[in-house]
Amino acid sequence: MADQKVISRQTGVEDTQYKWGFEFDIESDVAPKGLNEDIVRFISAKKKEPHWLLEWRLKAFEHWVKQGDDASPKWAKVKFENIDFQDIIYYAAPKSSDDAPKSLDEVDPEILEAFDKLGIPLHEQEKLSGVAIDAVLDSVSVATTYQDTLKEAGVIFCPISEAVQKYPDLVQKYLGSVVPYSDNFYATLNSAVFSDGSFCYVPPGVRCPIELMTYFRINEADSGQFERTLIIADEGSYVSYLEGCTAPMRKSHQLHAAVVELVALKDAEIKYSTLQNWYPGDKNGEGGVYNFVTKRGAARGENSKISWTQVETGSAITWKYPSVILQGDNSVGEFYSVALVNNYQQADTGTKMIHIGKNTKSTIIAKGISAGKAENTYRGQVSILANADNARNFTQCDSLLIGDECGAHTVPYIEVRNPTAKMGHEATTSKVNDDQLFYLQQRGIDLEEANYMIINGFCRGIFKELPFEFAMEASQLLRVSLEGAVG
Amino acid sequence: MQKASSLLNKYEEDFDNLSSINPGWSSDLRNKAMDTFREIGFPVRRKGNEKWKYTNARPIADVEYSSGKFEKMDSNDIKLIAPWHESWINLLFVNGHYQETFSGSLSTNIQISNMASNDLAENLTSNVGGIMDYSDDGFAALNTAFMSDGPIITVPEGENSGIVINLIFFNQGLSDTVNYPRVLITTGGNSIVSVIENYVGGSGDQTFTNSVSEIYVGEDATVNHYRLMNETDDTYDVGYGRVRIDTNGAFNSRSFFRGCGIGRYDLNVSIEGENASCDLQGLYFTNGAQHMDNFINIDHVRPNCQSNLFYKGILAGRSRAVFGGTVLVRKEAQKTNSVQSDKNLILSPHAEVDSKPALFIYADDVKCAHGATAGNIDADTVFYMRSRGIDLEAASRLIIYGFAGEIIDKVEIPELRSYLGESFLSSLPSHRFEF
Repeated sequence: MADQKVISRQTGVEDTQYKWGFEFDIESDVAPKGLNEDIVRFISAKKKEPHWLLEWRLKAFEHWVKQGDDASPKWAKVKFENIDFQDIIYYAAPKSSDDAPKSLDEVDPEILEAFDKLGIPLHEQEKLSGVAIDAVLDSVSVATTYQDTLKEAGVIFCPISEAVQKYPDLVQKYLGSVVPYSDNFYATLNSAVFSDGSFCYVPPGVRCPIELMTYFRINEADSGQFERTLIIADEGSYVSYLEGCTAPMRKSHQLHAAVVELVALKDAEIKYSTLQNWYPGDKNGEGGVYNFVTKRGAARGENSKISWTQVETGSAITWKYPSVILQGDNSVGEFYSVALVNNYQQADTGTKMIHIGKNTKSTIIAKGISAGKAENTYRGQVSILANADNARNFTQCDSLLIGDECGAHTVPYIEVRNPTAKMGHEATTSKVNDDQLFYLQQRGIDLEEANYMIINGFCRGIFKELPFEFAMEASQLLRVSLEGAVG
Repeated sequence: MQKASSLLNKYEEDFDNLSSINPGWSSDLRNKAMDTFREIGFPVRRKGNEKWKYTNARPIADVEYSSGKFEKMDSNDIKLIAPWHESWINLLFVNGHYQETFSGSLSTNIQISNMASNDLAENLTSNVGGIMDYSDDGFAALNTAFMSDGPIITVPEGENSGIVINLIFFNQGLSDTVNYPRVLITTGGNSIVSVIENYVGGSGDQTFTNSVSEIYVGEDATVNHYRLMNETDDTYDVGYGRVRIDTNGAFNSRSFFRGCGIGRYDLNVSIEGENASCDLQGLYFTNGAQHMDNFINIDHVRPNCQSNLFYKGILAGRSRAVFGGTVLVRKEAQKTNSVQSDKNLILSPHAEVDSKPALFIYADDVKCAHGATAGNIDADTVFYMRSRGIDLEAASRLIIYGFAGEIIDKVEIPELRSYLGESFLSSLPSHRFEF
């Protein structure tokens, strides 16, 4: 960002662009470009938010302005031009929320089409597996399916903006309790300007009868997406949650800075799966989404469990570390990841497992695939704190290189403060085995297919952690993303 | 990095004094390094400082040290605190200054000169500062600015008599003093040499040892390098090893850490010839409030090379050990074979280990693996021994000895191996593995 922009952002409302009474059209669906205090108030007003939430947003905004651009994380192994935070639209709603579709039939055909393209036909999915879907277009939730079934089970699954109105106590209690507004540069930004996202609360003892899903799409040009997801699994409950993301092709980069917070109470389990397929930019590295996401789960209660599974194939830059804070005794954290980068994509992703409770266990399995001129970094932290007696961790990171112009990196951080801990980390890096390729080709399978088969096998262990229907799609995504990478 | 200008006055004073007596050949290099040090200071910044993520340099930066002065020592006293043998070439440096060669003969082809000398041939001095890049490192800049005494070891082509050169850097422990040991080893083609670097001494007073060793491994040459750090807990030690390996060269490093308050060994090996190899192994034992940081980089520049990085740590008391290992495989370094491993045994509930074994790989036809473990001994291991009639204490001792012995056994100099076996293992704490 140019110096003058920094100054203008720091003076907040005195920003030249929005200087003398920024004229908000409350009815308008797209906020003007740029960020200042008025924009934060505008978003909050637009959502008819209670005062405490506005206060929280403003606190976050103040913190973000105060810490300045220097606070943006520099340690990740990714390169990009500085982001001009005044050149982003912070709120873009496709239509007035009053017109939001009541059922899937009313959903914009473009969304349905997008789902089809991704290999996740919305209608089919609904009938086939009974997945409740919350579709978020740009910043606004446009459709949530399967409300009746969920209601029957007592599960709350709705846009977070709706939850703020209907269940303010729950939201106020848990929002920011896992990722505080001051957590990191992008999470702070998100806290100030988050527009929508999903909210889910599973009451005690309830096993959520269907898979929940949120589908995100950035549509508006120059808009950023800042959604916020909050999932609470009360005592003894279980929920499986999926998210999918796409964005149309745009020449410019788009920022996606989301925050996901999970809270698992005693004996509860949350399974969170992501198929991330934001627009990765074209072959020459032009355009694409900057995916700077903070995801963290708190396994608060005894015997609670949080499991992250991610298949990352999209985005020009991925910067995300889905983490688990293992607070409860006997709690379990899992992280399964496939990160595939091609062309000029860059990924710096991994996890954090913070062992606080006794007898806590964590497993990390990360598979990285690099092709083209892409850079893929696994960065993961395992901390076993002094009170975490008998903590166990197992970490395995494998990287596969396709071609000699890409990079595959592994950067684990291991911090152990307890002598009863057992922690092991293993990592390997290699290319697709020539003998295996030869064997398959000798059986009449062409090179590209053979490569795909081997890579698919490499990722199999992760795909099997995905819900059944999505494992197929993940495998399809892999094939699409690998196109042109081999042969 | 941040300037702590008020504290730099002592360094400025010493630098002026040194400039007035120091030989001319190094003055350009020293002046430049001092400028860099003035500019970047010590690496005390905590946020975003990945190189010093787990080690806080502030305690070192906060003390005003003045350069150590030479004082004659009785070499018999030194023999009690450092390994030595009659068949080795033993060189003693007190407070950073050369004292004597107290045993062994120099009747080999190996040439050993002293940096303090004014009339050094240019071919001896031209490699000084050749590998140590101090541009972004305040401690390395400081050593370079103050280097004034130290061995320049030149091993001629074909020299393979298996000679052992034992360098003892003794720190007398005078309050608030700093020593700047500096070593240069250059090996010609097809030669073999073994060098032991000992950093010993200290007292109850605050001292600081800031060393740099530069090692050139020639074509088909082998350098066996041993490094022992055994100073008192009031000593801070920040040392650097910079190694460049030529075609078919081999660099074998064994590093042993037993004592000092805050210790850091920054070893950087650049493999710049084909078919070369490096094998870096280390053992650190920390106790009390000690802090040891091993910061190791292996840079694979050329194809068909091998590297092995294997460190083990035993942690007791409230100590903290840091392992930062990085293997970089550049685009041209195809067919690289690299293994990296860090294993830690934690004996105390107050100790902490922070391990960061990283891989950065840009070539596709490579085999690279790394692993790290931390924690306790398996209960089954203890049970097996107990079932054979070994009591708990003896079983625990055996396990710890066995853990440490894996590295000590790799020492190829018999006298040094037995020295380490005795002195190192005896200092290990008694511990009972109770489950």
